[in-house]
Amino acid sequence: MASGFFNKNVSETQIKLKNRIWLYAISFIVLFLLIVPSLVVIPMSFSASQYLEFPPKEWSLRWYENYFFSWKGNGFNDWMSATWTSVKVAVLTIFVATPIGTMAAYGLVNGSSRLSKILFPIFISPMMVPIILVAIGLFYFFVQFKLVNSVLGLVLGHSLVAMPLVLIIVFSALKNYDMNQEKVARSLGATRFRAFREITLPQIKFSIVSASLIAFLTSFDEIIISLFVAGGDNSTITRSMFLALRDQIDPTIAAISTILIIVSSGLLISVQLLGNKDKSS
Amino acid sequence: MKNTSLNISIENVTKKYDEFYALKDISLNITSGEFMTLLGPSGSGKTTLLMVLAGFTNPDHGSVKFGDEEVILKPPHLRGIGMVFQNYALFPHMTVEQNVGYPQKLRGVSKSETAKTVDEALSTVKLEGLGHRRVDELSGGQRQRVALARAIVFKPKILLMDEPLSALDKKLREEMQIELRQLHDTLNMTTVYVTHDQKEALTMSDRIAVINGGELMQLGSPSEIYDHPQNGFIADFIGESSLLPAKVINSNISIGSSKIKVAKPPEKNGDYLLVVRPEKVFLPSTKKKNDENYFQGKLLDSIFQGESQLLVIKLANTENDEQTLRIRIPNQSVTDKALPAIGETVTLALKVADSYLVS
Amino acid sequence: MNSTSNTPNQEELRRLASREGYTFFGLTLPYLVLVIALIAIPVGWLFYLSFIGRDGTLSLENYERMWKSKAYIKIFITTFKISILTTIICAAIGYPLSYFMSQLSRKWANICMIAVLIPFWTSLLVRTYAWLVLLQKKGLINNILIESGLITEPLKFVHNTTGTLIGMVHIMLPFLILPLYANMRSIDKDCLKAASSLGATPTRAFWTVFLPLTLPGLLAGLLIVFVLCLGFYVTPAILGGGKVIMAAMKISTNIEMYFNWGAASALGVVLLVVTGIILFVASKLISLDQLGNR
Repeated sequence: MASGFFNKNVSETQIKLKNRIWLYAISFIVLFLLIVPSLVVIPMSFSASQYLEFPPKEWSLRWYENYFFSWKGNGFNDWMSATWTSVKVAVLTIFVATPIGTMAAYGLVNGSSRLSKILFPIFISPMMVPIILVAIGLFYFFVQFKLVNSVLGLVLGHSLVAMPLVLIIVFSALKNYDMNQEKVARSLGATRFRAFREITLPQIKFSIVSASLIAFLTSFDEIIISLFVAGGDNSTITRSMFLALRDQIDPTIAAISTILIIVSSGLLISVQLLGNKDKSS
Repeated sequence: MKNTSLNISIENVTKKYDEFYALKDISLNITSGEFMTLLGPSGSGKTTLLMVLAGFTNPDHGSVKFGDEEVILKPPHLRGIGMVFQNYALFPHMTVEQNVGYPQKLRGVSKSETAKTVDEALSTVKLEGLGHRRVDELSGGQRQRVALARAIVFKPKILLMDEPLSALDKKLREEMQIELRQLHDTLNMTTVYVTHDQKEALTMSDRIAVINGGELMQLGSPSEIYDHPQNGFIADFIGESSLLPAKVINSNISIGSSKIKVAKPPEKNGDYLLVVRPEKVFLPSTKKKNDENYFQGKLLDSIFQGESQLLVIKLANTENDEQTLRIRIPNQSVTDKALPAIGETVTLALKVADSYLVS
Repeated sequence: MNSTSNTPNQEELRRLASREGYTFFGLTLPYLVLVIALIAIPVGWLFYLSFIGRDGTLSLENYERMWKSKAYIKIFITTFKISILTTIICAAIGYPLSYFMSQLSRKWANICMIAVLIPFWTSLLVRTYAWLVLLQKKGLINNILIESGLITEPLKFVHNTTGTLIGMVHIMLPFLILPLYANMRSIDKDCLKAASSLGATPTRAFWTVFLPLTLPGLLAGLLIVFVLCLGFYVTPAILGGGKVIMAAMKISTNIEMYFNWGAASALGVVLLVVTGIILFVASKLISLDQLGNR
């Protein structure tokens, strides 16, 4: 029976399973290596030792305590206020990036195609320009306007990076949506705006929420712009982590990483679930 | 459910996209309460014209009046029209009732009045009792009716329809054609109907406007258009026909080397096409008559098509060796006389009164 | 209602059309303003700064220094070396994996995709940190190797090129897999069946039919990875431990330590121009609109 299994045809071109073992082996190894490193951090964060053993010889919550009780208000090693800044900025980024990105997506989908062809590359340029350049450019720019180390500066910088993702998500949703419904609504007596609000918006709302979550995650995880634009009282958690990693390996970072993994995975799962809901509605 | 309808006057409407004329100086008058079909192949401009009437496409210049009122500059939501789209465009996040009631909600009609008119509309389209259903629970035919109900619930004076039946299967489509026409007669709205299906147009319309290349080719009743197409394109597009090249020299009309007579001989000399409808050609009796034209040829094919038999004959004595004539003979009775066999030489007849030349 | 008899309402209709155009443009305006204010102007300003020398006058000394200085040459070489190596490794292990996933049923492919997406959405820092901890002297990898008897002394996996490469490949792999997988999925299976029926062996069918059809997705992935590697900062900074210096890191130190905006901008401009050329060439090869199909 095993030979029957290995002699099975597994593709349209009649390749047998046994000839493909190497492919399956590589694939599994790569998949394993992709996901394991992130996950390994989780048990390590419960290790009592300074060197983060795996598997942990002694279990402890000391690094979590270090994280949650770090509120000292002095910036470095003050993980909690850095976390709070990151959350604040990420939430504000949602309210900047999502409306602007959504409006732009709607304008691109319904406007003249000539305009779209010119604007689309401009709109995704934040994703194309090397992020280090964007970061130092913003830093220099913000110095002139005293926006360095400010929440506003961070929100602007993060929105800049999040907007292209919002644009792509909403643009894609609108492309898959039957615009004729707005036309019908207008023929029945609705103004353009009312038709959008009552007919289109309810049908793309899941995509918009997904886009908001992506905007949140993008802002929350953003490192390089935060490195240059944030500082002192308004450091973000990513900036603090990076500086700590560069200078010393603080095991508290393992605890923070675990929390970040859980938050990211949670958001990702929500986005996937919402994405499927939009299709069935 | 009678209501007053409006006439539509379209004047000098042109719409250009770069170098391409979607509509070229079209002028057309649609009488109040009429069922007018805009008929043409894909890309002919018929849908563009409908969109101009609805207000979704703004022409480069032109005038559109509903009754006495110029509406060309009015946005779609102020034109007071009802519209049915090809794919129905029902709102999936609303129930049937909510869909049909939407125009009333937009007009601020009270809830009770809305419910009343929604029920009326649904029963007019024979969907009573389905109000609470969601859109994805309905069949194609039912969705079509909901789209219709939504378009008429507020009793518009003008109804526009863009190929509403093209998504339905043949049998349902033919039933709906008759139903739509009956609905039109009951509601007394001016209806503008777009289709590429000439049979549909012939079935449903008071008048047909044949549109091609952005231009109005011919305007007339179904029988006018069918029996007297004004050019080769229309003759070919409407109904089946064979088009035989004919030469006119000083009132002598000849196809190949045979002479024929036509009902209305053209005044100018030149090249024309003889329009031959397959159902008008027949196998003649042996006696030759004065009011008949005759064609001779070899039977290439005899195809059984259910209610009729289609014979394909290759004509002799024509310039073009490939010239074929098609004749359609109804299969009336089992006891009908035998049809000619393939390969046989046959003679076909066409009454002079049915012989018609186009340029 | 008033104009020349042949073209009624022409003026008014033209005005109506432009008003509509302005409305849609207006919707895109806030976005455009932000991009101009936060990218076009700052980067433009940096461009200008790159031509200002140390003494504050216009000069090409920043660019000159880059061609002449050994340190800068080394940085360029390192940056390109690491980027090319990362790209090649990603292609070598990413192509088989994408192929494998594209042949699975949708259900299993989606499950495998989770293994690709979770790291993709996990913070860059977390992943880099994970490798730092795994690869360090007392880390998991060394421990396993020592305990299994393969080596006696811990190997140096971090603060060098090896560690940097491992980290970067891990980060970049999803960027290659996503477009490549999408491309592979969209290939009509009937093409392979046809090749088979015409007499091609499975291997031949793969090389002559399947592989060429996957080139657009592969190219897209390779370009994204390469361009991202060129400008990468975080992972090389942490896993390279100061020994592996890439362009982005030099830009950062120029500003943080030396306040040498001229030098930093010049290097940044070079990076931008190289990125721009690569993307331009890419846009000629594949349509940028495919980004809209994520």
